[in-house]
This record gives sequence, C-alpha cells and structure tokens, in this order.
Amino acid sequence: MIQFSIFGEIAYMNNILVTKEVTKQFGNYTALNKISLEIPKNSIYGLLGPNGAGKTTLIRIINQITFPDSGEVFFDGSALLPQDISLIGYLPEERGLYKSMKVGEQALYLAQLKGLSKDEAKKRLKFWFERLEIGDWWNKKVQELSKGMAQKIQFIVTVLHEPKLLIFDEPFSGFDPINANLIKDEIIRLKENGTSIIFSTHRMESVEELCEYIALLHQSEIILDGKLSEIKKAYKNNIFNIGLEVGDGDLLLKEMSPKFNIISSKYDPIEKQFDCTVQLPTNDSGEILAYLSKRGNVNEFFETIPSANDIFIQTVKSKGSYE
Amino acid sequence: MNKLALIIKREYLAKVRNKSFVVMTFLSPILMVGMIVLIAYLTKINDNEQRVITILNESDYFSNDFNSNENMAFVKFKGISLQKAKDSTLSLGYYGLLYIPDEKDLEKVAGRSFFFSKDAPSSSVLDKLEDTFQDRLQQRRLQDLGVSAKDFALMDNQFEINTSTFNGEQNLKGINEIKAFIGGGFGYLIMMFIIIYGGFVMRSVIEEKTSRIIEVIISSVKPFQLMLGKIIGTSLAGITQFAIWIVSAGLLMLVAFSIFGIDPSVMSGSHGMSSAIGGGMPAMVPNANQTMQLYAQELFEIPWLMLIGFFIVYFVLGYLIYSSIYAAIGAAVDNETDTQQFIFPVILPLMLAIYVGFFSVFNNPHGPIAVGFSLFPLTSPIVMLMRLPGGIGEGGVPIWQLITSILLLIVTFIGIVWLAAKIYRVGILMYGKKPSYKELYKWLKY
Repeated sequence: MIQFSIFGEIAYMNNILVTKEVTKQFGNYTALNKISLEIPKNSIYGLLGPNGAGKTTLIRIINQITFPDSGEVFFDGSALLPQDISLIGYLPEERGLYKSMKVGEQALYLAQLKGLSKDEAKKRLKFWFERLEIGDWWNKKVQELSKGMAQKIQFIVTVLHEPKLLIFDEPFSGFDPINANLIKDEIIRLKENGTSIIFSTHRMESVEELCEYIALLHQSEIILDGKLSEIKKAYKNNIFNIGLEVGDGDLLLKEMSPKFNIISSKYDPIEKQFDCTVQLPTNDSGEILAYLSKRGNVNEFFETIPSANDIFIQTVKSKGSYE
Repeated sequence: MNKLALIIKREYLAKVRNKSFVVMTFLSPILMVGMIVLIAYLTKINDNEQRVITILNESDYFSNDFNSNENMAFVKFKGISLQKAKDSTLSLGYYGLLYIPDEKDLEKVAGRSFFFSKDAPSSSVLDKLEDTFQDRLQQRRLQDLGVSAKDFALMDNQFEINTSTFNGEQNLKGINEIKAFIGGGFGYLIMMFIIIYGGFVMRSVIEEKTSRIIEVIISSVKPFQLMLGKIIGTSLAGITQFAIWIVSAGLLMLVAFSIFGIDPSVMSGSHGMSSAIGGGMPAMVPNANQTMQLYAQELFEIPWLMLIGFFIVYFVLGYLIYSSIYAAIGAAVDNETDTQQFIFPVILPLMLAIYVGFFSVFNNPHGPIAVGFSLFPLTSPIVMLMRLPGGIGEGGVPIWQLITSILLLIVTFIGIVWLAAKIYRVGILMYGKKPSYKELYKWLKY
C-alpha cells in the first residue's frame, strides 16, 4: 500500500472492491486477463458480458472460491481476507438447495454457516419469510417447491446476514415477471440501505434500470467500464427523433434532404403528421429546431440515447470477432 | 456453533433421516437373521427326513446289523422272492431294497449284495449301508489274521507331536489361525465400512453437485471443511448403523433360535469353544477338556484392549484415507455412472489386503508378505490387524514394524487428504467436463 498516493488511498476507501490486474488461467485457456476494476460503495455495479466472458470466474475469485494466478483484490480498503466471506453475500448462477431438507431447517443451516447465531438467524428468517409472503413454507420440503419458490429462499439466504457487498449472478433467471419485480425492488431497497451490489448478467435490458456503473467483459478482458450515464453520453451519436404537423410532408422531405442527414421518414396525409429521424453533425440541435418550427407545429423532438445492448454490441463489434 | 460442527451435524442428520438408510438399518438385521434361521431350519427339516429301506436277507449274516435310526428305517422281508420284494417296495413307496443273497462265505455274500432303488440312491444312504458291510468284512478279515479288534483299535491311534515354545509354554495347534481369524474379523469390518460409507460420501458429494447447492455452501465455508464434515458426519451415521445392526442382530438371533428351537451350536460349529470360553465346560471328552481350557486361556490372553485400541487407530486413519479418495472421485465426476472406473482401483488394495490376509497371514503371520502388506499404507489397516492378535514384541509383531506402519499410514493420510482436497475443491465446480490428467495436475496447483 506504500506505493499508492494519498489520492489513491482515498480512491480505495470509496470503493467496496478493487481488483488490480487479476489474471486467471485454466490450463492454456486464459479466463481472466489483467482485470482491473473499481466498484464504488453503495452502488449497483453491472458486470456484463456474453456467456464465457469470465464473469463467473471473477465472481468466484471475489468469493475466494478460486484464487487468481496473479493480481490483487482489495475489499473495503484492505487486501481481501478469508474472514471477509462473512461480509459478502453471493447468489451464484448455478444455485440449488438440498432437495430432501425442509425449507426452514435449510435456511437456518445456510445462515449459520454465514456466521449468524441460531436465534438471530431464526428472527431474521421470520422477518424475511413474512416480507416475501412465504411464512407457511417453513416445514415444506424443498422438492415440493417450484423453481421460482426455491429462488426466493435462495435470495433470502443470500441477504440474511446483511453483508456489505452482495453479488448476484443472473438473479432473475427462473423468476416469473411478478417475482422478478419483487426481487428487483428488494435489490434497490438494499442498495438504498447502504449495501454495495455487483450484478452480473448477459441480459442487457435488466441493466438499464438498475445499474449506475457497468463493466463490459468480453473474451476475458474488460473492454468498457465506468458510470452508465457517462458511457451512454459518450456513445450517443446525435440522432434526433422529430415529429411535426405539416400540410405537405413530401415537399418538406424534398426541401430537408439536401440540408440534413435524414435516416428515415414517414408522412401520414390524413393526420398531416410528419415523423423523421435525423443525424446531426454535432450535438447542437438549435439550427434544425429553428428551421422546423418555421415549417409547422413541432410536437415531438428528442435525442436517441443508445441502450446498453446497443453499446455492448457496438463495442464488441469494434473489437471484432463477436459471433 | 463452529462451522465444521454444523456441517457434521447436517450430514449426520441428512443421513440418518434418509428413508432408505432407516429401512436398511432395521431391515438388514432382520433379513440376515431370517436367512440364517431359514438355512438352519431347512437343514433341520432335511435331517429329520426318515428314509425307509426294505431288506430281503436270505443269508445267515447281518441279521442284527441293520437297525433303524432317525435317518433310516429298515423293514425286513422274509420268505418272498426277490421280484416280489422289489414290487412291494416300489408299490409301498419305500426308498429302496437291499438284497442280500444266500451264500456260504461272507465275502461272497457281500460281493453279490444289491441295492435297488427307483432313482440313483443318495450317497448318505449308500455310505451307511457300505459302512455296515465294511465293519463286518473287517472283523472277519481280522479274525482270519488272528488279530483282536482291541489290538486293531490301538493300531489306528493318530499321532500328534508335542509342541512347545523355548520357554516351555505349550503351543496350541491352530491358535495362530484362530487369532488371525479374530484380527481378520476386524480387518473385514474396516473393509466393509470403507466400501459402504465411502460410497455414501461419494454419492453425497455428487448430490451436492447435481443439486447445485455446492457453490452456495463454499461461498460460506472452505471446501476442505465441507469435505471433512461430510466424511465425519457420514462415518458417525455409519457407526450408528453398525451399532444398531450388531445389537439388533444379536437380540434377533437369540429370539429366533429360542422360537424355532435351534441350538446355536449347530450353526457355529464351535460349541466346545464357546462353552469353554463361557467357563461352563459341559460334557466334553476328558482329555479334550484340558486342551479346550488351554485354547480358552490363549484367547483370554489375546490383548483385547490393545487390539481394540489399534483397531480404532487403523480404522480412523484407513477410513479417512479412503473416504477422502471417494470424496475426490465424487467431485471429479458428474454422475454416479462415471464413477465405476475410478472406484475399481480404490477397492483393489482393499480386496488384496483381505485375500493376502486370509491366505498368507493365516499361515505365517510374521512372514515377509505379511510384513510387507502390513507396512504398505493402503493395506496395512487390514493386514496389520490380522497380525496383532499374536501380540506385540517377542513372538508377535515387532515394535518397529508397528511404529513404521502407523507412521507410514499417517504420512499417507496427510498426503492423500491434501491431494483429495485439492481435486475436490476444483472438481465440485466443474460441470459437464471430464478432466484430463494434465488438468488434474493443474488442479493441484490452484
């Protein structure tokens, strides 16, 4: 730690987790290649990437299930230690429960393994069972539960010991939309209560509404990381959607074409509604707005922000070799 | 509560609450005792069958020789023709007809005698008949030679050489075999325990893999803790089961034998031995009585406490070595069908130990093969226990061999558990892949 500046120390203090050039090989296959990440405290951090990119390997290293060949991991300001596992909650992608055990008994066992006392675990379990409306499942056997029901138990067991860092690997797989929403709300609430969350997925749509920060993992390397809003800003390409009421749409299109780069357009003569998509050379929309307001009544005007999925595909394509 | 203790408790409860485990625990003794009782009962019924044999004796000999006993009854014909005798034997449904013709000379009478029966006669019937002829012929021949029956009986006495140790203690024949048999019993117990409960450990690991709970667990505890807890928990369940088996089988045996009226000595064949140990000493042949007492004394002098102490040492170390190998196998594969090829090399040394033990140690408890196998760590838990009833030190297992054997076992134990834990740790997270040897080697370095 001596080599870091004071500024560096502060950066470490603001991050719940920092990895420095973490590398992991399986035989000749490199699963992680010099991964350096900073995961800020009290945020939801999206770890994105296609299957096989190395997300699960990285998560297992954070959970000390496997160990890196080289590189360092810092947790809450100091090097990651074995006892830190009680401060981390992990919901793996490959998750299950003992089939022949009773739900309550099993939840108690898993909670006690995380270091909770039996009484404390019982108290908190009662709270969570009520909260997710599964109070009457305590004496059921796991094999009687549906997959979605089992997922609820797994979620509770993951968060029960109130860890500082929660790691969810594909948390919504196996949930119906109602329960997925329920869990999503719980995740947001946990974050509001001060928990830092790593959220790993290859399904981009769930990222938009949850994550403040993202890192894109592709072929064992980080190809993009940072604040989602800033990334989006950097990736937008001045495309605007325009709608206005005008008497003759075809004439307007003819007049506009030489001046602006029109990507697509559509005119509805009955409603007298003209819609088009335009790419501008800069982000300055003043000129076109002034031009259009003279031609008709502008009723729609907004800039297209790329989705995480667009950014992901665009970035991966620019790196080549994405099938 | 300590995490290891938590895991042990869960594994133990999961095992003993398992329905098939409970069924096996209580059904096995019933099945086993039932089988023994059935065999004993059938043997008894078989013995009770009485065969009726008709005799047509036209000679002057054998008039008082064929007497009915519990296995055979004799019906004597007189003054009818052979053909008539045959017909009536057949129509009455008797077992057979013994025909003794009228000749002057005993040799000729015997030579021309016939046994007629519907099917080929049983050898026990023939033996009985032949014995009677043999006796008569022998008496006659001795008479011809002028030797009295008493003199002949003296001639027939078997000779046994007296044996003794250099210290003047009497040696007992077969005592080594008896001792090795006792040790073999302990060894066999270890083998059975390893095969049964090692398999349980392996299946339990596979179950955690297929139910996908494994990653949840090892994000809370170290894989080694989980493996150790699993092995200990399963073995405690096994000890519970064994204890129930032994106690309930013993009780059932007593009850069953008293109900069916079977004398246990018929089965064990060691009536004298058991009653000698019990100190009862009922009607035994007087000079055998003394020998039996010596045997009993020898058995009392086996250092039982020492033996049980070492049994525990070898049992614990041997079981831990093998069950951690079983755990590693369970971790390396995806389902039980893939385990066969890995299990065979594990069972091989166990089998070897038992067979080498029974064939070699019985004959020569301190010979080179017995010594070698009782030092080799994968066989020593079984073979050394077969040698130990002979005592330690002079006349028994040399103390250096015992120490070397245990030290080797401990070193192997540490090595194997370390290797198995490494393979286990990596294997439990591998799905759908069969690792190459290079990968296995790489696993060890993770």
